[in-house]
Amino acid sequence: MARLAMVIDTKKCVGCMDCVVACKTENNVPEHLDRDWLVYETRGKFPTLHMEIRSERCNHCDNPPCVYCCPTGASHVHDFGGVVLVDYDKCIGCKACLASCPYDARFINPNGYAEKCTFCIHRTEKGDDPACVAVCPTHCMYFGDIDDPNSEVSRLLASRNHHALLPAAGTKPQIYYLT
Amino acid sequence: MDVTLSRRRFLKISSAALGWSVAGGTLGKISPRASAANATNGGIETIPTYCDMCFWKCGAIAYKRNGKLWKIEGNPEDPLSRGRLCPRGTGGIGAHYDPDRLRAPLMRKGERGNEQWVQVTWDEALNFIADKMQQIKAEYGPEAVALFSHGIGGTFFKHTIKAYGSPNIAAPSFAQCRGPRDTGFNLTFGEGVSTPERTDIRHARCLTLIGSHLGENMHNTQVQEFSEAIQNGASIIVVDPRYSIAASKAKYYLPIKPGTDMALLLAWMNVIVNEELYDKAYVKKYGFGFEAFRAEIAPYTPEWAYPETTIEPDLIRATAREMAKHKPASLIHPGRHVTWYGDDAQRSRAIALLNALLGSWGRKGGFYSPVSMDVPSYPYPPYPPSEKGKVDNPHEKYPYAHGHGALTTGIRDATITGEPYPVKGWFVYATNLINALPNEKETIEAIQHLDLLVVIDVIPSEIAGWADVILPESVYLERYDELNVEWFRDPFIALRQPVVESPHNQKPNWWIAKKLAEKLGLSEYYPWNHIEEYLDYRLKHAGYSLAEIKKKGIITGAKQPIYFDEGVPDEFYTPSGKIEFYSLQLKEKGFDPVPKYTPPDPPPPGFYRLLYGRAPVHSFGRTQTNPLLADMMDENSVWIHVDIARRYGLKTGDTIRLKNQDGVLSNKVKVLATERIRTDCVYLVHGFGHKNKMLKRAYMKGASDAELITRYKIDPLMGGTGMNVNFVTFEMEA
Ligand code: SF4
Repeated sequence: MARLAMVIDTKKCVGCMDCVVACKTENNVPEHLDRDWLVYETRGKFPTLHMEIRSERCNHCDNPPCVYCCPTGASHVHDFGGVVLVDYDKCIGCKACLASCPYDARFINPNGYAEKCTFCIHRTEKGDDPACVAVCPTHCMYFGDIDDPNSEVSRLLASRNHHALLPAAGTKPQIYYLT
Repeated sequence: MDVTLSRRRFLKISSAALGWSVAGGTLGKISPRASAANATNGGIETIPTYCDMCFWKCGAIAYKRNGKLWKIEGNPEDPLSRGRLCPRGTGGIGAHYDPDRLRAPLMRKGERGNEQWVQVTWDEALNFIADKMQQIKAEYGPEAVALFSHGIGGTFFKHTIKAYGSPNIAAPSFAQCRGPRDTGFNLTFGEGVSTPERTDIRHARCLTLIGSHLGENMHNTQVQEFSEAIQNGASIIVVDPRYSIAASKAKYYLPIKPGTDMALLLAWMNVIVNEELYDKAYVKKYGFGFEAFRAEIAPYTPEWAYPETTIEPDLIRATAREMAKHKPASLIHPGRHVTWYGDDAQRSRAIALLNALLGSWGRKGGFYSPVSMDVPSYPYPPYPPSEKGKVDNPHEKYPYAHGHGALTTGIRDATITGEPYPVKGWFVYATNLINALPNEKETIEAIQHLDLLVVIDVIPSEIAGWADVILPESVYLERYDELNVEWFRDPFIALRQPVVESPHNQKPNWWIAKKLAEKLGLSEYYPWNHIEEYLDYRLKHAGYSLAEIKKKGIITGAKQPIYFDEGVPDEFYTPSGKIEFYSLQLKEKGFDPVPKYTPPDPPPPGFYRLLYGRAPVHSFGRTQTNPLLADMMDENSVWIHVDIARRYGLKTGDTIRLKNQDGVLSNKVKVLATERIRTDCVYLVHGFGHKNKMLKRAYMKGASDAELITRYKIDPLMGGTGMNVNFVTFEMEA
């Protein structure tokens, strides 16, 4: 079984938002809405500061509350790599998933359905990287199968310190941040 | 084993036959890309071109879906982008779809600056312009028409204006940007840093950035190489009054007091020389005047620099030792927009000298020697010689002011004073002079002296508001342009070619410049009918063809040596033929032969120094109406240190106005109360606060740093305008 995940090197990320722009053009994301976004987390007092920059999106959780709470089965875990997806035809726009997601990864498309990052499944199924990964000028994002110990993502997780977001939520998020 | 190939093949089979649930193979790193060749496939068409969202000119591939522009990616064959564009490049399709674009030629009705327009045909507009130009020529001579131009799109306007007989062609990229840097390096090594910068960031073991905010400043190749340097574990040293993105990557962050960089540079050199940490063999072999230089910098100890810079002596020593430890792969980045304090050429020279001590010029991880392909230029008739010469720099007042033609601000001065001779016509191509030149009042005053102001652009900038005629240009995705025959680490030629039609009555720059020349009776300067003939001529004489380059957008040449130890001749084009630690030519002209420090003027009480810079999603003031990029950032905020903000009862999100030392009040702007800046300065991202009503999306959004820059200090060497010499205070909004 493949388990697709994203590994993002916060040491290389400059927070330029290219990943956001690329997602918007690739997926025709409506104006003022984003499937991915940047977080710049600064700690300390000037000039002794530390900043972590993170490109964030749906965590394609292994334990996805958005899927469990969906009344129509529109939100589901895809066969391919555990990717969490929304079947737009089944979605009634009830927003239960928006409320359940601890990462605020979803929004309602003006056409009435819940939308979020798809790991660019139309690209990744063909073997391409997601648009955000492919565009990044710093090469700070990596995409692949963490069930395969030889994959680049597995090797990075094995060799570098990392964390995921809100582990206490119990969602088992699949976006990993190298620190 | 080719993992990419096996994985792709594997995926193809598994997803077609069984779906991904059984996929257990290697999901290694893959970098799949569409073929760069023109290709149609399921309603998808790809066309290679090069980007114009800034001047870096990255190779790109535009995608059309069912005939409509869909997205743009980097061209993997292109050495600049290496298949990845920056956010502005990725957002480039927004330039085509921007609803605020200029659509048709416009002529002013009523007073200049009233922004009242009538739509006219191209013929009417160009006839009007040509008639005015002939009148100006008859009365004042052709030199009375000047061209201000930015970027490669200005090539054919330069050609037409030269054919008309004027040498007064200027770009703000010299006196308002990188001129001082290239002057400082020229004086030291006999060559400038040029663009794209010849910095070998990728191989640097230690990279020092002084005010250069890579990562916010998105010169694509440099950002990519910056990331590579981080990945390779290079030591990063960042000097900036603001905790920039780059600062967050640094091993050493030096929160310097603004305006004192020269003191730090002198102290660093003092340590490196005193502790004998410099590259002795290199300095001995290539250096001129080292002993005199050593004597000059002897007083500038870290203890001397401490009260000036507020950087602890220990930190100055530690960073000097760190950069010396990694020599010669130790690069002190020369920056790009360096018109800060009016002594910028000398500060840049100090940066050059520090690099010289580290032996980084001509060495891997320092400055490489750029190479280029040989593409002969088109054989035009010679331009008419100018009797009067250039207007911008009478009596060589600024002896090193010969960068990219004339000085912008010199032309502006001449337009106001009529000295050394009158200037009566301005062409402004793709640069918003109101924001690009300091003190907009002077620009507006100069405009009052003109008989003709023509603005050619894709969007209605503030200068367009003052025009007599506005000519709407096709955006880069809709036009051919001059070839990009770049000087870079790898030699290549890149083509810009149309991807889609212009949506309204916009025209490409070459068409406008050629039509104008014809109306001026200068047809012999355009012996070709269409730019395709011109491009094909140049390419054929280089051994290629337009048909060939259209396929991939790029032609690359063979690798050539780029470092001294690869065989690049170790020559220096200075008067001594060596690296000039001590400059006799500066001394002869009455300047400091070794840079000296002048303390900056302190802010008046209750005022803060105004600093400005870039955001990664915008280029100058040219992208704020681009729907994709405006969606990323549609206004700027003023960065104020939290403690200062608290003193004024301000918090993040509050709205204020900034008032400068001369009483100029900005638009309303939001506060960003942050730890990420010193308490003696504030910061704005440049390019916001637009005041041309035709820029609907950007109108009055955020504050313009440019309009608060009423004062500037002129660099005595080269006429650059130091602009970080303004101070602001806060006006509360009721
Ligand atoms: S750096 Fe960005 S905006 Fe500039 S040419 Fe490259 S992709 Fe385009």
